[in-house]
Amino acid sequence: MSVELLSALTVFVLAILCGFAVISKVPATLHTPLMSGANSIHGIVLVGSMLIAASATEPLSQVLSFVAVAFATMNVVGGYVVTDRMLQMFRKKPVAPKADEAKG
Amino acid sequence: MDTLEALVRLAWLAGAAAFVLGLMRMNSPATARNGNLLSAGGMAVAVGATAVILAANSSISTSGWIIIGAGVLVGGGLGLYTARTVKMTAMPQLVSLFNAVGGGAAALIAIDDYLRLASVQTFAAGNPIPLETSVATVLDVIIGSVTFTGSLIASGKLQGLIPGKPILIPGGRIVTAALAAIAVGGALYLWAGNVSVPILFVIIAAALVFGVTMVLPIGGADMPVVISLLNSFTGTAVAMAGFVIDNPVLIIAGALVGASGAILTKLMADAMNRSVINIMIGGFGGGEGTLAVAGAEGGSVRGLGVDDAAIQLAYAQNVIVVPGYGLAVAQAQHAVRELADLLESRGVNVSYAIHPVAGRMPGHMNVLLAEANVPYPQLREMDDINPEFERADVALVVGANDVTNPAARRPGSPVSGMPILDVDHAKSIIVIKRSMGRGYAGIDNELYTNPKTGMLFADAKEGLASLTAAVKAL
Repeated sequence: MSVELLSALTVFVLAILCGFAVISKVPATLHTPLMSGANSIHGIVLVGSMLIAASATEPLSQVLSFVAVAFATMNVVGGYVVTDRMLQMFRKKPVAPKADEAKG
Repeated sequence: MDTLEALVRLAWLAGAAAFVLGLMRMNSPATARNGNLLSAGGMAVAVGATAVILAANSSISTSGWIIIGAGVLVGGGLGLYTARTVKMTAMPQLVSLFNAVGGGAAALIAIDDYLRLASVQTFAAGNPIPLETSVATVLDVIIGSVTFTGSLIASGKLQGLIPGKPILIPGGRIVTAALAAIAVGGALYLWAGNVSVPILFVIIAAALVFGVTMVLPIGGADMPVVISLLNSFTGTAVAMAGFVIDNPVLIIAGALVGASGAILTKLMADAMNRSVINIMIGGFGGGEGTLAVAGAEGGSVRGLGVDDAAIQLAYAQNVIVVPGYGLAVAQAQHAVRELADLLESRGVNVSYAIHPVAGRMPGHMNVLLAEANVPYPQLREMDDINPEFERADVALVVGANDVTNPAARRPGSPVSGMPILDVDHAKSIIVIKRSMGRGYAGIDNELYTNPKTGMLFADAKEGLASLTAAVKAL
């Protein structure tokens, strides 16, 4: 097992633990936006798609990487925009009640 | 590693850190929007840095730039357009669609990488693809393909393109098991050191069909949990893609989503009082026997005129509104708020009982009502409001069905054990509903045959509007 693989595995395991820890007791209200937000994050696959597109020379490879880039960009852009639209609505909360919630 | 490459790797690290912090901030309503923007910023930095390193490396050809540019334009345009124009009611299926393409992209990366390695192999035979690469490749291809078709089916079910009811394929279990066996067998063959593109495509085909047969038998009411689970799968597939092309930011972000998505899936299933395994294995409508028991009830239904309903509402002291999916599809969130405002101005106490899975996804109803400017404190969660139904003069059920079915309290019904709103405890009940059609569980609602219940047959929006007009006229 190479050093590179070992350090990649280290990062992988720590990131999984981080993912477990990062979600605490979320109110049901936020389940959908949170899922949508996490959904946008795996759009990071765009970075990988760009890297394979850059080195694609075979026609088949070019087609595959084009579809990958298009798919991944759709995931990123659409994901963040739709999440923001959902969350925007929580902010437009009418005035009075917010104070007691904040001071809880 | 030269300076530029070091800087790019640091930018990737910064992006990954922004994802973690962004997700943390999305745990609470006050900081959620900010968290999403932080995460988007991290994404912009990571993608921007990738573009920089590609530009600095002269290895990228013009055709490479064209592919990336065209892909970004097409995908970004589609994503932006659909995300901005989608109606909030249709948003869950769009999220599922975005999840599908993410999983698809992850699978394509591994397929492309394998094709390249395999073609090199023909020239340098006897130099097998290293096990670490083939393990990551096969896992990425399998998980990514399953997510791709599974999410498309989930999206189609929510959109109504595919019936929401559980679809049972004859011998479905056997087919699913056979597909899994094919994929595992192919995986073992490749891991044993063999290089074979046809076998890879056999694995892909099995995984694609497996995604379909996995989601088809699951009922529409469980789709939120399924989408969340598939979201977690995509994260894992992306992490595997990170191993395939040896890229740290894919590994970090993918593992992060894989793990946090798994926790979120469990939270969602808990809110519905179901276990994830239970949902995946069969869910609602599993046995035919249970349907017969619930259907045997019969009983007569009392219709109610708009004027009678308006009088009940206008002279009540406490009214609890129970909004459901029918309200969401009819876009009636504004109409319900108008009626509530009018009642409040007459001194009636109005609150909303929000079932954890009202609408199509957990939290979906809150989003819709917030869009209509319903004051936040009037939205009450199930456990909080259930004891208050006894004091409510009128419970106004708008397009909600299974979440109000008292049959859930007894064993032997497909909805048994699902937490419900105690609507039947209210002094009187008005149900606005288009027809006697059944909910997702596919069973009759005993609430409708309750003597205290009056049915107002109308589209949610029109029904509410005519109620508002009738209350005004009093």
